[in-house]
Amino acid sequence: MENKSCFHCGDVCGNHPILFQEKSFCCNGCKTVFEIFSENDLTCYYDLQNSPGAIPKEIEGKYDFLSQENIIEKLTEFRSDNIEIATLYIPHIHCSSCIWILENLKKLNPNITDSQVNFGKKTVRVTYNSETTDLKSIVQLLSSIGYEPYISLDDFESGKKHINRTLIYKLGVAGFAFGNIMFLSFPEYFEINEFWLEKYKHFFRWLMFALSVPVVFYSAQDYFISAYKGLKAKLLNIDVPIALGVSVLFIRSTIEIALDIGSGFFDSLAGLVFFLLVGKFFQQKTYNFLSFERDYKSYFPIAITKIERDGTENAIQVYDIKKGDRLLIRNEELIPVDGILINGRAKIDYSFVTGESQSVTKVSGDKLFAGGKQTAGVIELEALKSVEQSYLTQLWSNDVFNKNKEDGFTNITNAISKHFTIAILSIAIIATSYWLFTDASKAMNVFTAVLIIACPCAIALSAPFTFGNLLRLFGKLKFYIKNASVIEQLAQINTVIFDKTGTITSNERSNALYDGEQLSASESLVLKNSLRGSNHPLSRTLYNILEEHNIVTLDEFEEHIGKGIEAKHDQINLRIGSASFVGQPEQSSALNTTVHITSNEKYKGKFTFYNSYRKGVSKLFNQLKQHFDLVILSGDNEGERENLKKLLPSKTKLIFNQKPEDKLEFIKYHQSEGAKVLMVGDGLNDAGALAQSDVGIAISENVNVFSPACDAILDATKFQDLYPFIKASRSAITIIKWSFLLSFIYNVIGLYFAVTGQLAPVVAAILMPLSSISIVVFTTICTNLLGRKLK
Amino acid sequence: MSVIYIVLTVSVIVGMAFFIVFLLAVKSGQYDDSYTPSVRMLFEDELVTEPSKESIQTKSD
Repeated sequence: MENKSCFHCGDVCGNHPILFQEKSFCCNGCKTVFEIFSENDLTCYYDLQNSPGAIPKEIEGKYDFLSQENIIEKLTEFRSDNIEIATLYIPHIHCSSCIWILENLKKLNPNITDSQVNFGKKTVRVTYNSETTDLKSIVQLLSSIGYEPYISLDDFESGKKHINRTLIYKLGVAGFAFGNIMFLSFPEYFEINEFWLEKYKHFFRWLMFALSVPVVFYSAQDYFISAYKGLKAKLLNIDVPIALGVSVLFIRSTIEIALDIGSGFFDSLAGLVFFLLVGKFFQQKTYNFLSFERDYKSYFPIAITKIERDGTENAIQVYDIKKGDRLLIRNEELIPVDGILINGRAKIDYSFVTGESQSVTKVSGDKLFAGGKQTAGVIELEALKSVEQSYLTQLWSNDVFNKNKEDGFTNITNAISKHFTIAILSIAIIATSYWLFTDASKAMNVFTAVLIIACPCAIALSAPFTFGNLLRLFGKLKFYIKNASVIEQLAQINTVIFDKTGTITSNERSNALYDGEQLSASESLVLKNSLRGSNHPLSRTLYNILEEHNIVTLDEFEEHIGKGIEAKHDQINLRIGSASFVGQPEQSSALNTTVHITSNEKYKGKFTFYNSYRKGVSKLFNQLKQHFDLVILSGDNEGERENLKKLLPSKTKLIFNQKPEDKLEFIKYHQSEGAKVLMVGDGLNDAGALAQSDVGIAISENVNVFSPACDAILDATKFQDLYPFIKASRSAITIIKWSFLLSFIYNVIGLYFAVTGQLAPVVAAILMPLSSISIVVFTTICTNLLGRKLK
Repeated sequence: MSVIYIVLTVSVIVGMAFFIVFLLAVKSGQYDDSYTPSVRMLFEDELVTEPSKESIQTKSD
């Protein structure tokens, strides 16, 4: 039996692929998308990349809220009488085919005039004629071809995002001035007392002065501001000597050209600022398509269906939900507020909240918490609270979410700059006093020269380039870090805390044990065949575990959504599903998910599913135990304690039944004892702990979709490589220390010229770029070597 | 030799012109997405053949 992969999405087709135009598809959805594309001459989609598509999801009624005027207003970035522009975030964008098909949307809907993809951000910007079509039909079109946009409460608030491009402008100004000043100062480097040069040099010099004014007052302004703030807080950060150097360079050069003493150091000044900004630019580059600041708003829907008293259904904004409102939650929709179930059978998946994928069954009258996802049919509930006051969202009112982790953390550059600044100032003062006694005319010259040459450009560049490059290398290995300071904090960790469910266990359950009366051969045949027809995750898992059987056609097959399956073949009538479905009393003591089976109304037994741990958990813990304190902090019951004890090194602390706030407090307590905590978690229930810890890493099965606010996102497949990543961060600190040493050597050479009073502009102009470039080269080579070791 | 004033003025003006073009390019969002255009560029060939196919279709209609 060969398993073909789907022509559209690449999934395994199973035993019954759908054949269409000699191509096999895994489901009707994929086939439909293919049909849409082939009808519209868009099959080129499949030439660019093999099986690039996604299975389109059922979206009946899901986007009704998009026809509401005030919601369209918030989601569109431009609106006029007949033209609207909206930018939609589409997580599925992943290859060149995606770009191609999305930019050819106008062939599928002629009312779309333009669509432009931003691959990095995974967004598509659609311009369309709002008289003939609307946002809702665009979203439905996108969903029908497998590119369902992700619209959340977050979009509602941010609305029109403003892109900050000031750094590029500053860099442009500095670069422009740097290049031109270099040309203008070139003739004077060689000090040829040539007639024409002598005649025009004043003109040249004032031109350089004019060019350097915007560099000092615009491009370098951040350094002055930061230095001022640092001094105000009694901190000698790295920007203090930089601001000092820049101002001394500018003032001395201006005086020199005004009094016709020399040509000044405008070239070094512009070069210095330019290199510093390049470093900043390099460090600023982050992952556009990932968001590290997510709170519940990114998970919540923007609107929900409200049932009015007269029975009519209306889409209302989530923020407008009031206590007592009746809400309709469709299959696959998220519950936005705490409420009481009124109607329907609820099967709630709380995986966003707890990381636990097993769904919970609720009956009418039960309380439902916000953040759960309904997975079986339509339900009605009555709101008990508004969105902000719900159990889950209240967690975000904790102070920890308003705190910036970088505050109160002295980074390695600032730590060294304190000593550096003091040393430079002492050298400057000693050298000046020496010259005051020997040759007073040179004293001022020496003082400024020391401050100029010691301007810590190379030191300021070491960390940005090392961390920036490492960030990029980690990203290639699917470990996405928010910013450079996270790498530094990661290097100082001494305690590692793991969440259990979803973090060290994988979301798929692949272990199930049978308990009960042995099934006869024909019964297991029917069981296997009836599971084949079901798409429920538990059925799929069970199907894969059971041994192979022949394929038979069932006489009867019915799937009761959220309950179980009923199947009939020959004389065997099987019921497979929840305890209540097969007529068994619900066992409240059971800690694990179970699937029960009856044959011809006789109870046979049950399959119990166990968490399966991620590959390499044991190995990772054994690597970590030599260097760190290890803790498992789980929100679950103690059902897995014995299993974990066997799996993990004995010194690992196991703590169960932790509420989100407990996790946060636990970490806070250990931090007050001096621990540097790395928290590894996944669900929203870890959000508080991730924010409180020194470094919070979210494990994610799909980095594009869900992860709580954190400092770094680690792809679940790379979980076992956590230790090498921490080790690499530590090596990065070593690299930076070595590059500090290198820049000190340059400083000593420069200081020799400065202290002896012979610093010519040409020496500064050579030394400054040379030191900066060699630091960049050194750190880049070292981090690349480090990256090679990681692979 | 006072031509040097003219020459320098011209060169600075040319420099400024390019600088202004750069600022306009940044402002128009050209540097916001540095990846997609590199892929989009390769689609040009297919886009050219596409309209001709469509016109054939409309004729047959």
